[in-house]
Amino acid sequence: MTSSVLFDISAGAYIAAMITYVIYLVVRNRTTGIVATSITIFGFVCQTAALAMRWVHSYYFWMASNPTSGFVEATLRGAPLRNLYESLIFFVWSLMLIHLIFEFKYKNRSLGAFVTPLAALALLFIDISGATKEIQPLIPALQSNWLLFHVFLSFIGYAAFGVSFGAATAYIVMVTESKTEKTYIFWSIITGIFILVLVGMGIDFLSLSSAERAELFQNHFLKSTIRSSSGGVVAVSSIVSVAFIFLLWHLGIRLKKVLEGLNLTPAMLDEIAYKSIAVGFPLFTIGGLLMGAIWANSAWGKYWTWDPKETWSLITWFVYALYLHARFVAGWRGKRVAILSVVGFIAVIFTYLGVNLVLSGLHAYGSG
Amino acid sequence: MEDKEKKDIFESIWKFFASVRLAIVVLIVLAGSSIIGTIVEQKAEPAKNITLLAKFFGDSAAPTVYNIFAKLGFMDMYGSWWFTTFLAVFSVNLIVCSIDRFPKTWRVIKKPQKPLSDSAIKSMPIRKDLTFRTGLDTAKEQFLKSLKASRYRVNESSEENTVRLYTQKGRYARLAVYVVHLSILLIFAGAIIGVRYGFKGYLNLPEGRSSSVAYISPTEPIELGFVVKCNWYDTQYYVDSDTPREFQSELSIFENGKEVLKKTIEVNDPLKYKGITFFQSSYGMMPDTVGYFVLDIAPAGGPEKRVWLRLGDSFEIPGTGITGMINDFSTALTRDRDTGKLNTYSKNMVNPAVAIEFAEPGRDTYTGWILKRYPDTGFLPGGHSVKFADYWGVEYTGLQVTKDPGVWLIYLASTLMGVGLYICFFISHKKIWINITGNKKSVRVAIGGSTNRNRINFEKEIDKIISRASESIEGGQPSKK
Repeated sequence: MTSSVLFDISAGAYIAAMITYVIYLVVRNRTTGIVATSITIFGFVCQTAALAMRWVHSYYFWMASNPTSGFVEATLRGAPLRNLYESLIFFVWSLMLIHLIFEFKYKNRSLGAFVTPLAALALLFIDISGATKEIQPLIPALQSNWLLFHVFLSFIGYAAFGVSFGAATAYIVMVTESKTEKTYIFWSIITGIFILVLVGMGIDFLSLSSAERAELFQNHFLKSTIRSSSGGVVAVSSIVSVAFIFLLWHLGIRLKKVLEGLNLTPAMLDEIAYKSIAVGFPLFTIGGLLMGAIWANSAWGKYWTWDPKETWSLITWFVYALYLHARFVAGWRGKRVAILSVVGFIAVIFTYLGVNLVLSGLHAYGSG
Repeated sequence: MEDKEKKDIFESIWKFFASVRLAIVVLIVLAGSSIIGTIVEQKAEPAKNITLLAKFFGDSAAPTVYNIFAKLGFMDMYGSWWFTTFLAVFSVNLIVCSIDRFPKTWRVIKKPQKPLSDSAIKSMPIRKDLTFRTGLDTAKEQFLKSLKASRYRVNESSEENTVRLYTQKGRYARLAVYVVHLSILLIFAGAIIGVRYGFKGYLNLPEGRSSSVAYISPTEPIELGFVVKCNWYDTQYYVDSDTPREFQSELSIFENGKEVLKKTIEVNDPLKYKGITFFQSSYGMMPDTVGYFVLDIAPAGGPEKRVWLRLGDSFEIPGTGITGMINDFSTALTRDRDTGKLNTYSKNMVNPAVAIEFAEPGRDTYTGWILKRYPDTGFLPGGHSVKFADYWGVEYTGLQVTKDPGVWLIYLASTLMGVGLYICFFISHKKIWINITGNKKSVRVAIGGSTNRNRINFEKEIDKIISRASESIEGGQPSKK
């Protein structure tokens, strides 16, 4: 069995798990919950095996070009964290790892219904972004021992922020009293945009030839809908988008009843949202910002150049620092900090993917 | 009177800078304003940003908007006076609020822990109540042992029929947040030292040339204090692919005409000499330059000999009578898949190849292409070999040349911040009180605990301490009350 088959199996398992978790939300039957968890664990095991196989594979790939490398060097250079595809796979893996830890720690499965969709979206994103799945040679800039630690810790951090985002969005729905609350409107817009962007990319994907798909992210992002050259298409997609967000706003509050029926409490969601940031913040600071700076210094002699990727990770850092200080020092609670968690994750997505849309730099995942 | 007024002003300024509200505002402003610089391209040609602005504001308004933005410093915003001011306010805020809060934290740390009454233990965030059929001394002994096994240093106080054990761990973890704040300030300090006493320059050095200066800008040379020479530059490629595997240059350092250091540098592996670091950053071809063809020639079974030749030059493979003449060169040779014709597909030396016309007494001359990346192409009939080692003297290496005397502070601060954050989030200040009351036959144990974070883990730890003690006491579970 090859690693890509295993990846596909794990992707299938996560999507099945997502469906099962949602069914669990509705039927609240213990067996369904156990099935959902089992499918998730099965997917996670498959994915772990697939990552290990890909690592071994790229170890030999590196050795083929660098026969004089030692074991440690080839292992570090072979780490499957080199391009968009591998990083997304790793993001999903970290997300599921953190989710499983929380599920066992809090003995509550309901969160799965909010985290697995994020994993499914990332998996969907892999396919519609047209990211290459081949093992690619490592460009000289990435041939550093820092690569593994920098990327690994950053992504565990991103995934922790993702779990916090899941908990915070669920929290906002749970504490909403009426549809006219600003937080709830904010929630509807953000969730709506999330779904719309993915749907838009799906339409891009379907309307492109397979050769163009490889450059969807760089050249064709949302060009079939909202960024189309035809004014009519733009108008229709705008109206549909606004209508969708309105519908989400109108119906989203029903989720509250579903959540209330489970043994989820706002206090628990609030704690998960915080705990995830408490794990993610130090890892992201150390692995993402500090190690990134040290690596940049050893490769280019500049530890900080205000390039957009760096700046956006600093913005992300500011937002989460704000979260922690607002919560612990200023005593903010509830909806206000939940919004900060959501804003923080938007910054994460922008750091991770958005910057690459706007321009290509050293973090462009070797697309050039 | 005047003194009091001065004091009031000072106090209100102090309060302003110590306030968490300021911290929140500054963080929001820094995060928000940083976004501008990621949209508007920094330190770019005006035309680039005007084109960008035209997309938002229309062609006619764009130049005006550009001028306003430029006046606001948006085109080089991270160096602008207002952004620097915000960073300064951020630093003052960090310093003042840390000084403001530190004494309180220090008091909490230094405050001696006191034994508590049973009723005080009942109001603790974590509390357990147990009874055992055992003597007071045994119970005390076992709980002491269990606490010690969890690495607590236990204090005790006794009264008649009551023993009070109390202990705490991790109180200095409360200082971690100050370490993190300090490390941010150290990073700023390091950055300021770097800007004031260091430089960031570049140097494009052709193969075979030397320089005693680097450049901060084309008109601003800076003396290195020694001479650096590029012996050669080379791009290596992955097998059968045009993906670069490594960019390499061999550099030599000369002092008073004597070579003192030689190193092959790569991306991620620079050369350091006297506080100045040379990084491999780019490369390129020099226009209108003629180089040398470097060939390694060997007769069958014989030793290799290196020769340096110009286009049109001839050589002889020693002892064979075979001569070769260089008659063509391609920077990137390929064979067209459809027509089968040879052509050059890049001006860069992606796949350099040299055409050599061989002549041998009694045979027709023949011409063959020898490719640098494919040494097999240099094997001739009869076991002789002519390998194309390099076309030397036409490429330059692009070096990033920096001096940063503040960088050690950055490293120190990064380490401090990493350790500080780890302690801050993963180590908590935990306190435990255990009151044991009873006689020789049965005891009542009241346990209370408090922590500043990670309560769930702490509860588990207390459960473990209890089960360890109770197992030793009665070889089983305690009878819960």
